[in-house]
Amino acid sequence: MTSSLTVSDAELPRHEDLVEERLVLWYFVAALTFMVISMTAGVLMGLQLIRHNPLPAIELFSPGRWRMVHTNAIAYGFIANAFLGIMHWIIPRLTLRPVLSRPLSYVIFGAWQFVVLATAVGILLGEAQGVEWGETPVWIDPLALVGLLLVAINFGAPIIQVRGPMYVTLWYYLAALVWTFLTYAMGNFVPEYFVCGSSAGAVGGLFIHDLVGLFVTPLGWGMMYYFVPILLKRPMWSHGLSLVGFWGLAFFYPLQGIHHFLYTPIPMFLQYGAVLSTIALELVVLTVIINFVGTLRGTGGEVLRNLPLRYFYTGIAFYFLTCLQCALQTTLTFQALIHFTDWVVGHAHMVMFGVFSMWQLGAMTYLVPRILKTDWYNPEWCEWHFWGSAGGLMLMSGDLILCGLFQGWSWAALQPWESSVQVSIPFWSVRIVAGLVMFAVQLLFIYNFFKTWQKSRAVAASV
Amino acid sequence: MFEKKSGILLIAGVGFFAFAFLSNAVIPILMYRHLPEKTVKQVVNGNVRYQFEDLAQRYPAAFEKAYGQPPADPQQAGEWYDEKCAEALEVGRKVYIGEGCWHCHSQFVRPVSNEDRRWGPVSQSWEYQNRLQRPVMFGTRRVGPDLSREGGRRSNDWHAVHFFKPDMLSPKSPMPQYPWLFDGTPDQPNTRGLALMTYVQWLGSWLESYPYYEDYAPTPIKNIVATE
Repeated sequence: MTSSLTVSDAELPRHEDLVEERLVLWYFVAALTFMVISMTAGVLMGLQLIRHNPLPAIELFSPGRWRMVHTNAIAYGFIANAFLGIMHWIIPRLTLRPVLSRPLSYVIFGAWQFVVLATAVGILLGEAQGVEWGETPVWIDPLALVGLLLVAINFGAPIIQVRGPMYVTLWYYLAALVWTFLTYAMGNFVPEYFVCGSSAGAVGGLFIHDLVGLFVTPLGWGMMYYFVPILLKRPMWSHGLSLVGFWGLAFFYPLQGIHHFLYTPIPMFLQYGAVLSTIALELVVLTVIINFVGTLRGTGGEVLRNLPLRYFYTGIAFYFLTCLQCALQTTLTFQALIHFTDWVVGHAHMVMFGVFSMWQLGAMTYLVPRILKTDWYNPEWCEWHFWGSAGGLMLMSGDLILCGLFQGWSWAALQPWESSVQVSIPFWSVRIVAGLVMFAVQLLFIYNFFKTWQKSRAVAASV
Repeated sequence: MFEKKSGILLIAGVGFFAFAFLSNAVIPILMYRHLPEKTVKQVVNGNVRYQFEDLAQRYPAAFEKAYGQPPADPQQAGEWYDEKCAEALEVGRKVYIGEGCWHCHSQFVRPVSNEDRRWGPVSQSWEYQNRLQRPVMFGTRRVGPDLSREGGRRSNDWHAVHFFKPDMLSPKSPMPQYPWLFDGTPDQPNTRGLALMTYVQWLGSWLESYPYYEDYAPTPIKNIVATE
């Protein structure tokens, strides 16, 4: 970053030669399409829980199958697509080199949509794989892995060519390209073909955890370290803390997989190890949060006025909350009560939607007008989108976390099982309302996106 | 080192990942190497065989459609049932995964939260060292109860009706209906239905305490008794 400032503008490659803007938009369209599919699935499962499923007893609409579509479409359809689009913007601009090959980029785009669609279809046909977050049918896994390898090569090429020290974003991206490939291979193949029982559980836990920690988290923080200084027009507060954050995450995050299966027959000392590294990571997270809050020093109310920035810092606030929650809920005392309950579901929504989806939606809010070279069709709707997403998520997570406590106590008190279901009904009802609010504002955002695109064509035609 | 490509690629990217895999995955794998993975045929036991034969009697037409006729010779019939039972377990597990049962029902009893009083003995490693637990079906959420001690607690009839329309037996249950596991009515389970029932009756069948709630006297299938 700093070295590029000394280079005169004449020597810099033109933006058009670096970034394939059309592809960025395509990725966003794909991401939002899968967001709609995922949320439809979520609503269906949510309605089943409160016994109001509008489509009962139809095999292809089975809520159990759609629940898996919900998680897979959000992880591989929305989050992965949005990240790929954003990386097509960030990596060439940061390295001043285009990706390895534009045709390859389009091949990857097509292949990835095929992978996600095939996953959804396979799951709906009852062909799911028995690995949580990896339900992609087993015959698609090799193709997905080839796709991830191509992604790593396509993006890795410009990063590898950077001379001298790299900027923080590129540390995260470079590591994430390796980690995502390794994680996917480990999680989908080891417990499926090589080990069974508790060992498979240990690997499964590692997979669930690394998917969040080594794929989503580094790509997320990578884009934060890129967008936040640009939007604030100032460098990060402390480069030292950036270093601590990256290396702390790299070391502690992969060590925690087993905390998803505490009190199982997995050896107890390994469970303790996972708990301790989870708590250690919380301290690392704190340094990252301090760094980002420090960067805000002296910028006044910019973070409130600038909508993309507000998205980013809302996500950062949720990140702090979820990580604080992690450090507490991972303890064995907490686990005895809240494991298996909706507390975990609330936590997962706060991470996946409150943090990473919020960041990505913020990045879309920022990038779409820049790529289409026209303002949002209706900026007011963007505000609605923000408040509906953040508010809906807060309601949903808070509601489910509270629900989890009631369920846990009901079970521990040896009440009949039905009581734990009955006590959940009010919470599940509120969750549906929160979900519908989140769904509605995403639809509004998509409509806004569509109108903006139309508007940009009209503007281009009139010029 | 900390900001260089080589450091990030080799130490963070590959090194730390490998360290985590060694410490979190290879160690338990090595610790359980004295418990080799059992095949599906090896986990067929008297209890689940009893339930499987019970299915054959309760739903003779459906059973014959799915598995055919057992050989007349009782010895061979015994082996035949074992074989078909293993087949049913494998299919049943596929249905269990494909329908997402494992996302609302766990398969491990923890030593906390009074779980051993609700369900039975706390889960142990050896119970999971078999083909049907690869990938392991621990589960992470309980909307419905844990199923690792479910086998033998309820009759096959109960399960058939319950899979067909859960709230006929568990009022206000949020469990979805699975009519596609049947040919129209709960007394006509199809291949998938029979297999899923066998799988559920297998869960916990390896324990001394099976069945946990209901009294039953193991009786071999009637026509075998008759011929012996």
